[in-house]
Amino acid sequence: MRALQFDPVTLPPEAEEMRRRVRAFLAAERTAGRLVAYRGSWSVFDPDFSQRAGAAGFIGLTLPREYGGHGQSSLVRYVVTEEMLAAGAPCGAHWVADRQSAPQILRYGSERAKREILPRICAGRCYFAIGMSEPDSGSDLAAVRTRAVRTRGGWLINGSKIWTSRAHQVHYLIALVRTGEAGEDRHGGLTQFIIDLSRPGVQIRPIRNIAGRHEFNEVFFTDYFVEDDMMVGKEGQGWSMVTSELSFERSGPDRFLSDYHLLVALIDKVGSMPDRRSAIEIGRLVSHLAALRRMSISIAGLVEKGKMPGVEAALVKDVGTTFEREIPEVARRVITTEPSLEEDDVFVKSLAHVVLEAPSFTIRGGTREILRGMIARALGLR
Amino acid sequence: MSGSSDILSILLEQVDRLLTQHATKEVLAEAEHGTWPATLWNALAEAGLSLAMVPEEQGGSGLPPADAMLLLRRVGYHCTPAPLAETMLAAYLWAKAGGKPSVEPLSLAPTNVEEQIRLLHTAHGASLAGQARRVPWGRDVSKLIVFARDEQNRSYLVCASHPLGEGPFHRNLAFEPRPTISFDGITVAEAEILPAPSICINGVLELGALLRSQQMVGAMERCLDYALTYANERKQFGRPIAKFQAVQHMLAVAAGQYAAATAAADLAAQAVGSQQFGFAVAVAKARVGEAAGVVAEVAHQVHGAMGFTQEHPLHFATRRLWSWRDEFGHEAYWQERIGRIACKTGGANLWPMLVDAQR
Ligand SMILES: Cc1cc2nc3c(=O)[nH]c(=O)nc-3n(C[C@H](O)[C@H](O)[C@H](O)COP(=O)(O)OP(=O)(O)OC[C@H]3O[C@@H](n4cnc5c(N)ncnc54)[C@H](O)[C@@H]3O)c2cc1C
Repeated sequence: MRALQFDPVTLPPEAEEMRRRVRAFLAAERTAGRLVAYRGSWSVFDPDFSQRAGAAGFIGLTLPREYGGHGQSSLVRYVVTEEMLAAGAPCGAHWVADRQSAPQILRYGSERAKREILPRICAGRCYFAIGMSEPDSGSDLAAVRTRAVRTRGGWLINGSKIWTSRAHQVHYLIALVRTGEAGEDRHGGLTQFIIDLSRPGVQIRPIRNIAGRHEFNEVFFTDYFVEDDMMVGKEGQGWSMVTSELSFERSGPDRFLSDYHLLVALIDKVGSMPDRRSAIEIGRLVSHLAALRRMSISIAGLVEKGKMPGVEAALVKDVGTTFEREIPEVARRVITTEPSLEEDDVFVKSLAHVVLEAPSFTIRGGTREILRGMIARALGLR
Repeated sequence: MSGSSDILSILLEQVDRLLTQHATKEVLAEAEHGTWPATLWNALAEAGLSLAMVPEEQGGSGLPPADAMLLLRRVGYHCTPAPLAETMLAAYLWAKAGGKPSVEPLSLAPTNVEEQIRLLHTAHGASLAGQARRVPWGRDVSKLIVFARDEQNRSYLVCASHPLGEGPFHRNLAFEPRPTISFDGITVAEAEILPAPSICINGVLELGALLRSQQMVGAMERCLDYALTYANERKQFGRPIAKFQAVQHMLAVAAGQYAAATAAADLAAQAVGSQQFGFAVAVAKARVGEAAGVVAEVAHQVHGAMGFTQEHPLHFATRRLWSWRDEFGHEAYWQERIGRIACKTGGANLWPMLVDAQR
C-alpha cells in the first residue's frame, strides 16, 4: 500500500505571512458586505471582486513577475485559495484562469500568449473557461471530435464543446481538439488552442441547470480561425497536457470546500451548546475536513517540488467531493427545515443552494467513477 | 509519512524484520489462547523498543514521539500480539514524570472515560482505590502505570506492581486480554508515586487514543495489502477479480479512507506535547476509527468466503480494527468532543481554529 504517498508538509513562514494579508483583505470585503454567505465561493461570478483581488496581489501567485505574477510558491498560493474559499469570497470569475489556464499557458504557451494574456489574468481582468467535454465525449475525453485543420498562418476549427461553464461570461477558453489520428492508445492527434470568444466563428448557446441557472453552455465553432501562436504546447501534445492540467484542477481545496459555507451556517444554527447528537454529526464532518486539508496541503507540496500528483489529486477529489456531498445530508438530519431559495435565513437558503448544486460535485472535473478507476490503476488493479 | 532521518528508516526496517520473523501466524494464534509470546517480547525488548520513547539520559533511545508513532504503525501492521504500544507509552510517561523506567512489559490504567482511580494518603502510607475495566494486557504485564487523583484532586502517576486485585477477565474481539483490575486497598511506596507530567494531567485517554490511531493505520495498511494481493490472485469468470470494476471501486474507496486516516494520524503524531494535541488526537481517533470500519468491510468483501476463515490471516487485522476503534473512546465520543469545540468556536471562527490546530 505504498502506492499513494501523502507526505506531511509544513507551510513555510511566507505562506503564513500571506495568510495574514489575505485575511485582512477579506475582513475589509466582509465589512463592506461583499461576501456571499449562502453560496459557494467559487460558484459566484463577480468580476469586481476579481479585480480587487488581482489588484491586491492574490491572483497568479505562482506566475513570474515578468508576466504580472508574484513569483510565489504553490504553498503560498494554496493558502490564498483556502482562505478565499473558507471566507466565501466570490471567486468564480478568475477561478479557472488562476487555477489551470495560467499555469498551462506559462508552461506551454507562446511568448505572445504569455505577454498578452497572463498579466491580465493576474490583474483579475481576464477569465477563462475549459473546453474539454463534447456531446459524445464526456468521461471518454479522448473521443473528442472537434477538429482543427491547417490553413495559412494558423488553423480552422469546426465542431462544438458542451457543459462549458461561464463561456458566456469569460474572455477565452482552452479547447482540446483533434488535429490528427488518434493512434492505437487513442491519445494521439489531440492539440490545445486558446480560443478568443469575442472573435467570429464562435456561437454560445445557454444551457440551464437544475436550479434554473445559466452557468454552463454549448459552444459551436464554425471555421473559427486561430493563429499558430495560440496553440498551447506542440501539435499532438494535447493529451498529456490535459492530464497535467487536470491534476491542477483536481487537487485544490476547492474540491472539499465547495459547500463549506453550509457547514458554517449549520454550526451557527445549532449554536454554542449543541445536544449530543448534533455535536457528533458536526464533529464528524470537522474530523473529515481536518484530514482533507492535510492531504490537500501535501499535494500542494508535491506540486511545489515539480511533481504531477495526478492520482493523489484524483484521490483527494474523490474523498473531498464525497465529503461535500455529505454536508447537506448531515445538515438536514440535524436541523429540521424545508429548504427554499427564497428564504432569508442563511442556513435554509444555503441548504437549498447546496442541495441543488451537490449532484455536480461528483461529476464536474471528472466523475467519481473515473477517479476511482485512476486510483485502482495506481493500486495495481487494472 | 516520511521519516525524519535515515536512522528512523533503518529502525522501521528492523522492526519489520523482527516482527515478520516473530509475529507469525502461529504466534498470533497461540497468543489468542493465552500464551505469552516470550520469544517475540524478548526480541522486541532486546532491540530496545520498549524504551524507544524514553530519553537517552534515562536509558532509552530518545525517539521523538512523531517517529515512535510511525513505529507503532508497523506494530499494528504485524498485528503484534504483545503490549508494545502500551509499554512504550507507559515507559515514556513514567520517565517524563521522573521515574526510572525498566524494560519489563507495562500497561496503562484507567482507559475508560468514566473511571477514576483515587490515591489515598493515610497514616500508614499511600494506597489506591477504584477499579479499571478492560486494562490492556492487565495481567500479563508486571506493572501498571496508573493515573490517579488524590483527595485534593491533584494528578499522579502511580507505578503499581502485581499482585493487584483481579476482576472479570475479558478479551477484545482479537482476543487481546482486557481484564478488570481492582486497586482497592493496594498500598504503594512513596517512590512509586509521581506527579503526573503535563502531557497526561487529565489522564491517559488521549494518549491511548493516539496509540490506537497509529496501530489502526498499520492494521488498515495490512488489510489493503492482503486485499490487493488477493484481488490479483483470485480468478473467477476466467480473470482475476481485480479486473472487475466493482472490485476496483471498492478498493479505491478503501484506499481513500486509508489515506484520510493516515493524514489524521499524522496530525496527532506531530502534535504530541503541543497545545493542539487535544484537538488533533480527537480528529485522529474519530477519523481513523471511521476509516477502519470501511477498510475492514471492503477487505472482507474482496476476500469472499476465504476471508471469513481462521485459515486466512485477514481476521488478525480486521478483528483488531473492530476492537481498537472502540478502545480509548469510540468515534462518537471523539466526534462529540470535536463538535462541541466547533460549536463553541462558532461558524466564523471555525476556519481560523482549524488552521491553528494544524500548524
Ligand atoms: C456543473 C458542471 C460544470 C461543468 N463544466 C465543464 C466545463 O467548464 N468544461 C468542460 O469541458 N466540461 C465541463 N463539465 C463536464 C464534465 O467534465 C463531464 O460532465 C464529466 O467529465 C462527465 O461526462 P458526461 O457528463 O458526459 O458523463 P458520462 O461520461 O456520459 O458518464 C455518465 C455516467 O457514466 C459513468 N461512466 C462513464 N464512463 C465510465 C467508465 N468507464 N466506468 C464507469 N463508469 C463510467 C460516469 O461516471 C457517470 O456516472 C461540467 C459538468 C458539470 C456537471
